[in-house]
Amino acid sequence: MKTVSKVGVAHYSALPIRSGIAIQIKNDAIALFKVTSGEVFALEDRSPHPKGGVLSEGLVSGKFVYCPVYDWKISLEDGQVQAPDQGQVKTYEVSVENDKVYITI
Amino acid sequence: MAKEKLVMIGNGMAGVRAIEEIIKIDPNRYDITIFGKEPHPNYNRIQLSTVLQGDTTVEDIILNDWKWYEDNRIKLFTGEAIVEVDTKNKIVVSNNARQVSYDKLIFATGSSPFIVPVEGVDKQGITGFRDINDCETMIKYAEDHQNAVVIGGGLLGLEAAKGLKNLGMKVSVVHLMSHLMERQLDATAAEMLKQELQQQGINFLMEKQTVEILGDDHVTGLRFKDGSETEADLIVMAVGIVPNKELASNASIPVNRGIVVNDYMETEIEGIYAIGECAEHRGIAYGLVAPLYEQAKVLAKRMVGVETEPYEGSISGTQLKVAGIDLYSAGEIEGDGATKAIRVHNEFENVYKKVLIRDNKVVGSVLYGETAESTRLFRMLTQQEDVSQMTSLSILQPAGEAEESDVASMPDDELVCGCNGVTKGTIVEAIHAQNLTTVSEVGGCTNAGRSCGRCKPMISQILEHTLGDSFDGAAQKEAVCGCTTLSRDEVVAEIKEKGLTNIREVMNVLGWKNEEGCSKCRPALNYYLGMIYADYKDERESRLVNEKMHANIQKDGTYSVIPRMYGGVTSAEDLKKLADVATKYNVPLVKLTGGQRIGLYGIKKEDLTSIWEELDMPSGYAYGKTLRTVKTCVGQRFCRYGTQDSMGLGMELEKKFERLDTPHKFKMGVSACPRNCAESGIKDIGIVGIDGGWEIYVAGNGGTDLRAGDLLYTVKTKEEVIEVSSAFLQYYRETGNYLERTSKWVERLGLDHIKKVLEDKVACQGLIERLNKTLERYNEPWKEAIENDEIKDKYYSRYQADLVTN
Ligand code: SRM
Ligand SMILES: Cc1cc2nc3c(=O)[nH]c(=O)nc-3n(C[C@H](O)[C@H](O)[C@H](O)COP(=O)(O)OP(=O)(O)OC[C@H]3O[C@@H](n4cnc5c(N)ncnc54)[C@H](O)[C@@H]3O)c2cc1C
Ligand code: SF4
Ligand code: FES
Repeated sequence: MKTVSKVGVAHYSALPIRSGIAIQIKNDAIALFKVTSGEVFALEDRSPHPKGGVLSEGLVSGKFVYCPVYDWKISLEDGQVQAPDQGQVKTYEVSVENDKVYITI
Repeated sequence: MAKEKLVMIGNGMAGVRAIEEIIKIDPNRYDITIFGKEPHPNYNRIQLSTVLQGDTTVEDIILNDWKWYEDNRIKLFTGEAIVEVDTKNKIVVSNNARQVSYDKLIFATGSSPFIVPVEGVDKQGITGFRDINDCETMIKYAEDHQNAVVIGGGLLGLEAAKGLKNLGMKVSVVHLMSHLMERQLDATAAEMLKQELQQQGINFLMEKQTVEILGDDHVTGLRFKDGSETEADLIVMAVGIVPNKELASNASIPVNRGIVVNDYMETEIEGIYAIGECAEHRGIAYGLVAPLYEQAKVLAKRMVGVETEPYEGSISGTQLKVAGIDLYSAGEIEGDGATKAIRVHNEFENVYKKVLIRDNKVVGSVLYGETAESTRLFRMLTQQEDVSQMTSLSILQPAGEAEESDVASMPDDELVCGCNGVTKGTIVEAIHAQNLTTVSEVGGCTNAGRSCGRCKPMISQILEHTLGDSFDGAAQKEAVCGCTTLSRDEVVAEIKEKGLTNIREVMNVLGWKNEEGCSKCRPALNYYLGMIYADYKDERESRLVNEKMHANIQKDGTYSVIPRMYGGVTSAEDLKKLADVATKYNVPLVKLTGGQRIGLYGIKKEDLTSIWEELDMPSGYAYGKTLRTVKTCVGQRFCRYGTQDSMGLGMELEKKFERLDTPHKFKMGVSACPRNCAESGIKDIGIVGIDGGWEIYVAGNGGTDLRAGDLLYTVKTKEEVIEVSSAFLQYYRETGNYLERTSKWVERLGLDHIKKVLEDKVACQGLIERLNKTLERYNEPWKEAIENDEIKDKYYSRYQADLVTN
């Protein structure tokens, strides 16, 4: 059975806007993004491009991030790679309580 | 008069193509019946690889849907195999005991996977890779099994392996030979391929011969000749195919490896034809669609009584359809005594190209890592073009001009975009179907042109050719990106006119389609604003990773650190610091770069700031759209030929212009005599010392599009060199398109025009002033990061979070 844990990872107010940060939770590398609207998203910090690479350093526009190494456009909401490229990045549930950002893994 | 009855056995790619061709010429000629063993209408078998790799679905690969058969009044029996042909009474019999009589009969039965005859092949868990059913079997296995073994390291095997890997299985490929795809690749290319696939997670068992399949009812593993074993829950046989010829041979139609046909696809029995993989023509049974489609044309013409050239055999090229791998091969692979090879092996970028030439004609080519030239090479191969007048460079480099006139005659299945595997047919179809009018729209729909971009001129020609008069050259006005219809010049004019001062404002006022832009326009706008306003406050979030981080990202997410070494001159102290840092941080690679300095590679992002601090050297900006290096030769200070102080001037130039934002990267070189040891002829600005003066060359390029610099001026003093360089640089900054190197820019504007501007005293003075004003705004970025905790925190930390369950 899978256990679900909620991990506190950052202070909401300290998160930079439109600049991803890299978070390591045990073996999971996670990229956390706070976008202009104030929403926070968490994705696996790995480009779905077959050659890999990180996502946390990508350029953020609206609710999308561009893979910094291969320029694929990826939805922060569902991890879906935008056409004409294809693929999907794992996303994590994020919640904010009392200025604390939690990720469910 | 009743129509003649045409029956076809097999409802696959080659056969149905032949029927299409027949209908195209004479739709009323035959009363057509098709039997297909599979329960589907005709689909694109080639795309099974992409279905398995998860990129498309079965519905997407249907070539002729049910309606097509209806519309063309074709009787179709699917899921029904023909089991007997009675050539005497001209009747076929199906496994449902249906009998249909014919006047003309086509065998289009394709082939079957070859199943290696070893002990245990009758167990469950073994499949070929041939049809939708096989695909579904594999997808199903992947749901609850772990280990897949693919026997056969050829095209099909590797595509199957990649598919299974994408489905989440652990995959091993067993191959009998010492290198993969030995029929298409030489040892070097095969090794590069293997490494790439290994990186993608596929395991290889080379030079292994399977002797037994283990397990009770179901497979559990394999045993090899050398006694070793490996585990397997699923085994895919991909060692080759065998033409489906039994039905014909049982009917006493002559067969050999396949059903024997002549140059018109006729068997030896009157009124009976064979086409596709089941047919053997001049000793060859083809296994790729290109030749089969040629056969289809000839057969169709023959059957409707139109005169046709005979089919005389084909040469075809092969690609591997695995994401992230560019590979192409055609013709001969290994040379013999009479062949001469042109070989290019760029290990740094993982590119390998080999072209085999015999008697001044290309007889084969293997391309790995970059396949843009495949179309040209393939044409040279098939048309037996005489290459004695070409330089080897133009064989490997697409020589724009020659290429261009040919779009009209290019067949639909010719590859246009080697990087993304898009054919002319696909592009033309997309243009028609989706009313496309620009190269970037074509890219959006088909992927063509989105990688290396070499094929863009050809796509543009196809657009022009396809749209004819309705092609509007003006529509080709390059918009900055898909977020706007405005071109670079329009955007820059609007910014100046309306006094827009930041990116957000530009996007709002100019009606950007995406509120926050994209990875193309954001860096470009950031540059244009910085070019217009000398005191512009840079927007770091709109820079792409390298410039945002002031370090070049590597493929594994680490970074490189390349400090300044002005003019390529260093000191014992600096070398010591570099050595100390490399030791302390266990730097995986210390390398002399092509720009005369030292690079540290493979550095973790959280180590960047401490390394910079310990080095205490300024950033070399090896990552930026800015001045990179000024290469120098030793010159007058030591060299017996030197006429000028090249190192001195080089260092001065580098110190003056470092950090300046430019449309694209900018490189300089200073040599102290015409021997030109600093390669000034291929620099954006290259300076060559002569007796009593300096020559200034511009717009040289040593990169993608090799170009020798043009002599701009010969001047007397180094002050003049600095003035001319400043004015030239600033004019480039003010008129260049973002990401346009000086080589392209000078060609666009014309050298004479640029000279005219520089010779206008007032204009020139203005340029120099604006440049100097802009240079004032820069700070050393590494120092800034070390000293500013906010920056350090925001860009250079990795957060560790502890796992606490709530
Ligand atoms: C480090 C270095 C190779 C080396 O080990 O020597 C290098 C490495 C890269 N080059 Fe280069 N180039 C290096 C000298 C060159 C040279 C030679 C030179 O400068 O004398 C050239 C050809 C000269 C020229 O530019 O005219 C060169 C032509 C390119 C090009 C093609 C540019 C073009 O317009 O044609 C690219 C691609 C691009 O810029 O879009 C490129 C891009 C790159 C990038 C930045 C690719 C990237 O985006 O990741 C590489 C970064 C590697 C890394 O991980 O840090 N590199 N590159 C050299 C750094 C020199 C330095 O100290 O700054
Ligand atoms: C996974 C995969 C990837 C490929 N990739 C490429 C590629 O990248 N490029 C390329 O050029 N080619 C590729 N090919 C090869 C290409 O698909 C074949 O060359 C082509 O499909 C052959 O056409 P065909 O009509 O001769 O045979 P098929 O398309 O196999 O059609 C034959 C049909 O006849 C049916 N049949 C057989 N016997 C009977 C019978 N007795 N009664 C009724 N029906 C019968 C079969 O079930 C089958 O449906 C690939 C093939 C596969 C399997
Ligand atoms: S360019 Fe001339 S001066 Fe400079 S090192 Fe070479 S030979 Fe000597
Ligand atoms: S050939 Fe490289 S993008 Fe098309």
